[in-house]
Amino acid sequence: MARPVRFNIKEKDTSNWGINMVEAPEGFTGEGFFSTSLDRVVGLARSKSLWPLPFATSCCGIEFMATMGSHYDLARFGSERVGFSPRQCDLLMVMGTIAKKMGPVVKQVYLQMAEPRWVMAVGACASSGGIFDTYSVLQGIDQVVPVDVYVPGCPPRPEAILDGFMKIQDLVHHESLRRRNGEKYKALLESYGIQ
Amino acid sequence: MSLSNDTIQSKLTEKFGDVLTHWEEPYGLLTFTAPKEFNLKVLNFLYDDEELGFRFLTDLTGVHYPDRKGEELCVVYHLHNLISNVRVRMKVYTNIEQPDIYTATGLFSGANWMERETYDFYGVNFLGHPNLKRVLNVDEMDYFPMRKEFPLEDQTRIDKDDEMFGR
Repeated sequence: MARPVRFNIKEKDTSNWGINMVEAPEGFTGEGFFSTSLDRVVGLARSKSLWPLPFATSCCGIEFMATMGSHYDLARFGSERVGFSPRQCDLLMVMGTIAKKMGPVVKQVYLQMAEPRWVMAVGACASSGGIFDTYSVLQGIDQVVPVDVYVPGCPPRPEAILDGFMKIQDLVHHESLRRRNGEKYKALLESYGIQ
Repeated sequence: MSLSNDTIQSKLTEKFGDVLTHWEEPYGLLTFTAPKEFNLKVLNFLYDDEELGFRFLTDLTGVHYPDRKGEELCVVYHLHNLISNVRVRMKVYTNIEQPDIYTATGLFSGANWMERETYDFYGVNFLGHPNLKRVLNVDEMDYFPMRKEFPLEDQTRIDKDDEMFGR
């Protein structure tokens, strides 16, 4: 039986595939040039090359490994490079139960990351302590570090982690370059006893 | 020539008389209670005696009985004779106001961390322990979480509405 060659001879209709191409940022176009504001370009570049730092302590970490694998492939989102040094990374992904004794470690890792930095709490335990409502478990990592995106689930499916990651990308993309110098941000860090 | 529970019991009674009480054998595990001043004497005897030879401390832990006035805290020793493969269990009770018990670290080095853990969770004060500080919980913890007057749930949590949990 002949192999179908439709992919070769017919032009594919991709309009309903849900593929999103990155739009060029808003700006002024003319012949041979394009001008836009710097923070739009920076936001675009940053959001498409986030380096995640996985802080995986339990079952959510296994889901993250699936997310990193070829089937779900976090690398599609520009996060090919998972860093294992906080100094090189932009996004701290805390996945799993954080015991109270681990709390200072999470904070230390956060402090070692350079600005701008983002934090994602993956799973019920990292977000709120989850089922471990007990004396030894930190009731959500937002007690020690500020969190940008919470991913619900116990554990969340890789799709949920990807969705959370895209939310982070959205935040990164639209973040003002002045935000990290602002009073509000300083007050936020101050409330966690940082700086 | 295996070591039977009857032999162990008669040897202990011969040595210590009526001091050891509450003899029982649940599931064949010989269990008895010793006064807290006698815990080291009994452990030493069980260790040194040629025939008994309980030279391995399997476990050391605590239990809290809030309803037993004057003997709220219990320290349980599990001993193992590795040659005859026989085990015994010794319980020592203490009051909760002054939970002082002699340490077994001189006899068993393995008791070091087990006693730290028992101190960590029940607040049993092991007299003579070389390094009696918390081993599993955070150092800042100011209570003993396995004592029954403390609720299991984390008390620092504010987002949980008791109404939703029928409390």
